[in-house]
Amino acid sequence: MNPRLSRRRFIKAVIASSVAAATNAKFQSASAAERPKGAVERLISINVNGRTRRVDVMPQETLAYTLRYKLGLTGTKIGCNRGECGACTVLIDDVTNYSCSTLTHSVRSRKVLTVEGLQAANGALHPVQRAFVDELSPQCGFCTPGQVMSAVGLLKENPNPTREEVRQALAGNLCRCGAYDHYLDGVMRAAGQRS
Amino acid sequence: MSDYKHIGKDFVPPDIIGKVTGKAKYAEDFRVDGMVFARLYTSPMAHGRVTHIDTSAVDGMEGVIDILTADDVPATEAPSAAILTNTPVYVGDPILAVAAEDEKTAEDAIAKIRIDIEPLSFVTDPLDSLVNGGPDAREEGNVFVRSREGSGLRTVKWTDEQIAEFRAGREPTGEFVNEWSYGDVDKGFADAKVIIEEPFVTTGYAHMSMEPRTAMAYWRNGTCYVHGSAQSQSFFIPSLASLLGVKQENVVLVSENTGGGFGSKISAYPISGLPGYFSKKIGRPVQLRITREQEYYIGSARVGFQGWIKMGFAADGRVTAADVFIVEDIGPNATGGDGSSAGGAVSLLFDPESMRFRGLPVLTNTTPRGAQRGPGQNQIAAVMAPLMDKAARALKIDLLEIRMVNAVNSNTTVYADQEPVTSAYMKEALEKGAAMFDWENRANQPRRRGSKVRGLGIGQGYHSAGTNGFDGLLRITPDGTIHLHSGVGNLGTYSYASTTRAAAEVLKCDWDDCVIHYGNTEENLPWSSYQAGSVSTFTQTRSNYVAAMDAVDKMKQIAAETLGGGPDDYDIDGQRVFHVNNPAQALTYAAIAARAIQLGGAYSGQSYPEDIHEVTQRSVQNIAGTGLVGVAKDNLRREGVIPGLACAFVEIELDLETGKYDILDYVGIADCGTVMHPQGLSQQMKGGAVWGMGMAALERHVYDPQNGLPANVGYHQCGVPTYLDVPPQMRTGAVDLPDPQNPVGARGIGEPAMGCSVAALTAAITDALDGHTFNRTPISRDMIVNYVAGREQSFKPLQTNNF
Repeated sequence: MNPRLSRRRFIKAVIASSVAAATNAKFQSASAAERPKGAVERLISINVNGRTRRVDVMPQETLAYTLRYKLGLTGTKIGCNRGECGACTVLIDDVTNYSCSTLTHSVRSRKVLTVEGLQAANGALHPVQRAFVDELSPQCGFCTPGQVMSAVGLLKENPNPTREEVRQALAGNLCRCGAYDHYLDGVMRAAGQRS
Repeated sequence: MSDYKHIGKDFVPPDIIGKVTGKAKYAEDFRVDGMVFARLYTSPMAHGRVTHIDTSAVDGMEGVIDILTADDVPATEAPSAAILTNTPVYVGDPILAVAAEDEKTAEDAIAKIRIDIEPLSFVTDPLDSLVNGGPDAREEGNVFVRSREGSGLRTVKWTDEQIAEFRAGREPTGEFVNEWSYGDVDKGFADAKVIIEEPFVTTGYAHMSMEPRTAMAYWRNGTCYVHGSAQSQSFFIPSLASLLGVKQENVVLVSENTGGGFGSKISAYPISGLPGYFSKKIGRPVQLRITREQEYYIGSARVGFQGWIKMGFAADGRVTAADVFIVEDIGPNATGGDGSSAGGAVSLLFDPESMRFRGLPVLTNTTPRGAQRGPGQNQIAAVMAPLMDKAARALKIDLLEIRMVNAVNSNTTVYADQEPVTSAYMKEALEKGAAMFDWENRANQPRRRGSKVRGLGIGQGYHSAGTNGFDGLLRITPDGTIHLHSGVGNLGTYSYASTTRAAAEVLKCDWDDCVIHYGNTEENLPWSSYQAGSVSTFTQTRSNYVAAMDAVDKMKQIAAETLGGGPDDYDIDGQRVFHVNNPAQALTYAAIAARAIQLGGAYSGQSYPEDIHEVTQRSVQNIAGTGLVGVAKDNLRREGVIPGLACAFVEIELDLETGKYDILDYVGIADCGTVMHPQGLSQQMKGGAVWGMGMAALERHVYDPQNGLPANVGYHQCGVPTYLDVPPQMRTGAVDLPDPQNPVGARGIGEPAMGCSVAALTAAITDALDGHTFNRTPISRDMIVNYVAGREQSFKPLQTNNF
């Protein structure tokens, strides 16, 4: 079988059935040979929470948009959509990123971890999530997934941070409720420095 | 209090797991079949009249479904805000909406639509409107009068001389429209040893809730289902039904989680009704998700103050008289009422022997205003603290002592009518805070270290913290589960859950056997209080208590009817109803619930009290016959003002070269009656402290007076505090003395938690600068640097919109 034809057929099938088709945007050819000059492939694979996901992505689409509206991972929140608040924080190859300011096409060969990917297979909460529950860290909760991901990213890099290091590491995550003190307590608890 | 099983104990609120796992659904996380997306076209002008709308460029545009304009929604009478308008009164006022198959198409369509707007006069600073010949924010007038005789718009102007004397810090002589007083103010000033007289400004600023408010709506068999962002739950229904033009029973609100509100989502706000109208027009579900910038525009803002205050003090520091005049910036829709509340807070917190309040609410073409955490009380808290310190220094008494002398207590009478309070322990709170903070020692520490100078401040906050008359509802099913129905909103305070523990306490049941129903009309919720005004804790513990008492009465009656004897022969414990003389003669709650279904009537909700609200009635009708139903209206005694009180002690280190200061220590003490939920209280006290830190130094509206354009619409531009703007650790405590008018002793705290913080900070800055008072919030770094350098400030007295 001609691999190109097979691939094209597959793409068409996905397009026809995809939620993404509901966006009704003009679809460019997915085939590299047939793409207009300067255009990018739209049907791509990304690794999210340990799974490879095939998804139709517009050229300027942000990762936050893809996660929320294409993959149904609505734990990632969009508070500002301009890299100010951190509600959309995810890990990309273990590094915290604002997914609202990251193009999905730029993460094709990388590993994306969202708040939905933290719980163990048996449902056990990640230590950061557990600690945030124990410390009653969230208030309204809209910023919480971003706070969780920044904390997870910090603890991967620095498992024994000082409170000041936590404060600096989470400084890119706004909380309008002002729950900062309880979040800091939560991260310190997750790091085993508070009981 | 130690014999309580649930009250005063921490617990895991059921919604918190969803918050940390990302499973909690906010309005924009919902999708339904056939749903389309709406986007807004908002006014680029501060005030204007739409003369022509050209949508030809989107006619037939692929993916565009329809357009909703002001002609498709009910008109409103000025100054009320409409859902969409053809006479926008601020930059960002929604003019039309486009629905499309996806958001990008809707945005593209918005960009192609052309709207001609005839500019009208506008104003961004109330004093610019008050001056003779100044512009009015609305054609109908520039001042909104609320009175028992009738409310409406009027035009009020002051002479140039009156404006000038106000700016110069002298008593305003211009016209005002609100006034109240008590006692002999002239005598109070005559008796005073020290008189402080100052002008002041507190700048308005945006609520900036984290979640850009979203609403999604669809219709099913004549009922409008709204997935919205609401502070309140049941309380939201009447206003939402009114907005949508339907009966209350034809609205379902789903708002299990709300991404912040802070007063901006108490009742239905105009944009929450837009998807309902759009959905009705096109026959498909519609979701409106707005941008951060639009959240700034329509997400509400704090009322700004330009005022004058005169205080008289006796030699011992006692306040003999207070005279307060406030010009309020009430935005274009005349929302607010903060001025009189500020006067009330002066009356309560400092208990002047005599007092007068005068107010003038003036409209501007800035974003709509609304209640924002301690509306009025917290602005004036920021103003008052440095003035109290100024008086203390003049009288040579300690900064703590002057507050103790005037501290509100359970015998204090407040407001114009000199009403009693239910209880108040400010003196105890100050004593506890002073001990935790080590006030006495700190006050005697060295102040200067190079260019850095320490400052100490004490702040006090107040907001009325409770009301009554709402309903409680619970149900015990034959499987033994206790269903606690909570119609209060889920704003993030966890009071929707913590207040139900008053019912669990009465029922003496295990928390693991309780399930809370909340966040969705279809969960059969009672008529509950608004989730605002610090009222939930006092109000909802009472309503949960009366519902549980009703359930206990019914269970005893069923036990007597089933096992013999009279109801008074029975008691409850261990989820059993037992005969007091023979505990083995008992029925479990599960068995009682099954028996209640058999007996019917009031036992299982087939009938219910006549005085419960129609929202509760419908819920009882829906659950009737499924178990034992406890339902009642809160008719418990309630007399006087229910004060929520807090005080804070703060130490800062201010760099005289940069104007920057670090908060070295923060201690906040609550007087909220019995502590219901220690972790929740800590969250409120610390979160409120962060809000106070924002108000004191960072947050403000900035409008270009020439064009009426906002200069700061993003989070950071608006000055929302970050981790690095607040101390790395804060300490809190509570007086924990019960209020006699609440069955579990509890009062509210959310708003005073902020007022005490902003007050402590403005006082600490004053202290660091040897008593200099800026009489303004926020106190920005450049203001401090200018003062230290002996330069004039960059704004004229009482001017707003300064950077």
